Amino acid sequence: MQAKRRFDLWTVVSLVTLGFFVLFLLYPLWGLLRQSVFNAKGEFTLEYFKRFFQYRYYTVTIFNSIKVSLAITLVTLLLGIPISYFYSFYQLKGAKFLFVVSLLCAMSAPFIGAYAWILLLGRQGVITKFMANTFGLNIGSIYGFDGILFVQSLKLFPLVFIYMNGAFKDIDNSLLEASANMGVVGVKRFFKVILQLSMPTILAASLVVFMRAFADFGTPLLIGEGYRTFPVEIYNQYLGEHGQDYRFAAAISVIGVIMTTAIFLLQKWATSRYNFSISAMHPVEKKKPKGIGGFLMYLYSYALVGLAFLPQAYIVYLSFRNSDGAVFLPGYSFTNYRMAVTRLLGRSVNNTVLLGLAALAIIVLLAVIIAYLVVRRASMLNNVIDTLSMVPYIMPGSVIGVALVIAFSNKPFALTGTALIMIIAWVIRRMPYTIRSATATLQLVPRDVEEAATSLGTSKPKTFFRITVPMMRNGIISGAILSWISIVTELSSAIILYNNRTITLTMSTYVAISRGNDGLAAAFAAITTVVTAVSIMIYLKVSKTEDVKI
Amino acid sequence: MSVDIKIKNALKKFGDNVIIPDLSLTVKKGEFFTLLGPSGCGKTTLLRMIAGFNTIDGGDFYFDERRINDLNPAKRNIGMVFQSYAIFPHMTVRKNVEFGLTNKNLSKAEIRSRAEKFMDLMQISELADRMPTSLSGGQQQRVALARALCIEPDVLLMDEPLSNLDAKLRIEMRSVIKDIQQTVGITTIYVTHDQEEAMAISDRIAVMNKGVIQHIGTPKGIYQRPANTFVAAFIGRSNLLEGELVMKGDMPYVRFEQYEAPVPAVASEFRKPQKVIISARPEELSISREDNGGFKATIISSIFLGLNTHYFMRLENGMQMESVHESTLDSIIEPGTKVSVTFNTDKINLFTADGSTNILTGVQNDAQPSAVSRAGGKRLAVG
Ligand SMILES: Nc1ncnc2c1ncn2[C@@H]1O[C@H](COP(=O)(O)OP(=O)(O)OP(=O)(O)O)[C@@H](O)[C@H]1O
Ligand SMILES: [Mg+2]
Repeated sequence: MQAKRRFDLWTVVSLVTLGFFVLFLLYPLWGLLRQSVFNAKGEFTLEYFKRFFQYRYYTVTIFNSIKVSLAITLVTLLLGIPISYFYSFYQLKGAKFLFVVSLLCAMSAPFIGAYAWILLLGRQGVITKFMANTFGLNIGSIYGFDGILFVQSLKLFPLVFIYMNGAFKDIDNSLLEASANMGVVGVKRFFKVILQLSMPTILAASLVVFMRAFADFGTPLLIGEGYRTFPVEIYNQYLGEHGQDYRFAAAISVIGVIMTTAIFLLQKWATSRYNFSISAMHPVEKKKPKGIGGFLMYLYSYALVGLAFLPQAYIVYLSFRNSDGAVFLPGYSFTNYRMAVTRLLGRSVNNTVLLGLAALAIIVLLAVIIAYLVVRRASMLNNVIDTLSMVPYIMPGSVIGVALVIAFSNKPFALTGTALIMIIAWVIRRMPYTIRSATATLQLVPRDVEEAATSLGTSKPKTFFRITVPMMRNGIISGAILSWISIVTELSSAIILYNNRTITLTMSTYVAISRGNDGLAAAFAAITTVVTAVSIMIYLKVSKTEDVKI
Repeated sequence: MSVDIKIKNALKKFGDNVIIPDLSLTVKKGEFFTLLGPSGCGKTTLLRMIAGFNTIDGGDFYFDERRINDLNPAKRNIGMVFQSYAIFPHMTVRKNVEFGLTNKNLSKAEIRSRAEKFMDLMQISELADRMPTSLSGGQQQRVALARALCIEPDVLLMDEPLSNLDAKLRIEMRSVIKDIQQTVGITTIYVTHDQEEAMAISDRIAVMNKGVIQHIGTPKGIYQRPANTFVAAFIGRSNLLEGELVMKGDMPYVRFEQYEAPVPAVASEFRKPQKVIISARPEELSISREDNGGFKATIISSIFLGLNTHYFMRLENGMQMESVHESTLDSIIEPGTKVSVTFNTDKINLFTADGSTNILTGVQNDAQPSAVSRAGGKRLAVG
């Protein structure tokens, strides 16, 4: 490193990157804020905020969102910690399979799962009807609070599972032996030692789950019905029951951002109180599950993962059923897919792939640059860039969608309705994965290696491209695949930004669902699911690690 | 083509911390020069200033007559070997060795043959097409050395290249490095905090403490006539005692408690009565059960190591000291035995009371005197 900070090429890169964030992140957010406090005549007003807090009709959406997100967080912890414990401390047969399937569930598009559950357990659902007809049993409603809780818990517990695997893996066997020496074993040891040691991870997992649940748009949109949540409300206000009301939507968005920021800071504070890190010199030796306990372990793990996977499998199955577009008919064929072809399948796939790859290319470029700036050229400016790049992590997608529309619907940047704005939305929303992953990898690359190249007479650009970037490769690729998957399954900002020309796979799925074209929807959903699944397989091949940070 | 290296009044700060206040030295063409000092004394910092990876906050650095302060590190034509090897993990051994050559305007064939030559020299030709992650530490360090030498650098810099290896490999690689340095004849600066390694490998050693050079000399010179008490204590082991210099006629005598012995080697300017610090290595002491005029001590314990026997004893003032003797057939002196101790006055060293200056003749110190006196003994704990 040449510590003498001359104005060199990297300074230019920093400034360009900063410019990117200012234009596509700060400027839209600033616009959002401005819209929320100025009325149409350009006068300062808090009327929109007042309106929100005045009516229970609106405030209830916040309470609803918090309530259901908390419940989901709690249930995912209760579901995820045991399975992770069994996975980490016992030699379960098919453990790898359980892991991969869980990952698949966690990464799938949320609203597709919700939709499949409606087909299974909804008013006309196969299971509902079967139960009613055969046993005269009413299994209750999948709609509203219970439904969201049920669907989201099954979808999100794998996050807890994956996070906790990482924590349990780091527990040193000698700690367990030491506590056994002091007479603390069994259930007591689990609560007093193992869980305590994993506390930072439990908090981190809780935050991730809570944020996902809070920002989730697709699930409550489909099965929330009377149970109105916050992200859906932003969308509704944006679409406008009484004409479009950007300003009110903006005010709600601002409230939403404040909320998620507060939660994020709270979690940071909570984690800092558990300021220890552990790493295992002698990893725990996995035991063989035995007896009735072993049987229950298997039963629990496979039943849970099977249940979580059921909607994905069912959707794929349904896509091959005969249908007339709207209603499923007996027999199997490719009718649904044939129909999908006539309903923009080609364009949807094209858009998803082309726009997705374009977004991905920008994400990778940004990630490489930001990782390098942050790790190798730490400075105030670069720290600011790092922080900015993480801001989207705590923003519900609908907020970003609204902010981009507000910022880019007029000249000089009239981008609304273009493919470009979709790409921008995806880049902004989905870059944190790749950046985190690239940064983490570069931190592990010793600086010596770059210096060795320099001392061999290598120019700076050549060192960067021939040495630094190749050594970050795995981190970049695995991060990029996570970004890619989340792009493929993205709904909440696309739904605000898309139009007929820029329609994507998820949007086509959603349109088919909302029009009641179940057969068509199944075909689109199945394709989305398969694309996701294949991407995850590639990810696991590339990253060779189970420590997925999502 | 190797060069000499001149450093004049180098200054290095990290923030407000002055790491190297004012350092000057000269490394001769083709010399194997070692920077030796305790952890954190600034060895790596100085080396990286030479390589261009640390900025130079003051002073001048020259390769021959060329000032390199502002020269791009990539243009300094330096071969560098790192403690961590710093092998490019995504390239084969051959690609690693060839990497530096691809930056020069050389034909493919020439690159290949030059890389072959150095891989042969380092005996890693069989590994040429392996990936580095599958190599042992010693093999990786050979690759690093081949890679550094193959660009035919003017200067070779090595920062603790052996410290990640186990003891046996360290000794083996030590001679590999020394041999190849002599074969190639390249000016080399080598950093270590292992004094035995420094003695074994170097033409000259610079002993550093807190960013200041204490002594530059040959291994023999530094060991036998250390410039100050820091060097005496850091190189090998030394017992440091507070004693006196007295004059009996023209002859200077060292006095410790009631024991007196003539020290003819005291330099003329120091021949006056004064307090001194006596530095006696364990092998420079004789012990006797009879009172032969030496100072009194009590044996505390002994260690029999075959060739030598070590004795630990307590002096009447409570201090402890160590002595080493070739083992004899007689019985080992029992703990609790009162003994009389004398110096080998040809070999012991005497320092001024502040420990900063050796008052004997025969001290060879190539370090700039100004720097030494400034760092002096003041900060050194004596005894
Ligand atoms: N980049 C840096 N920023 C701030 N201080 C530094 C930096 N690099 C080194 N230092 C400080 O400079 C001093 C000298 O460090 P240096 O690495 O040169 O020691 P060293 O002699 O090589 O030690 P060792 O034998 O442990 O490698 C230390 O106090 C260290 O903390
Ligand atoms: Mg060092």
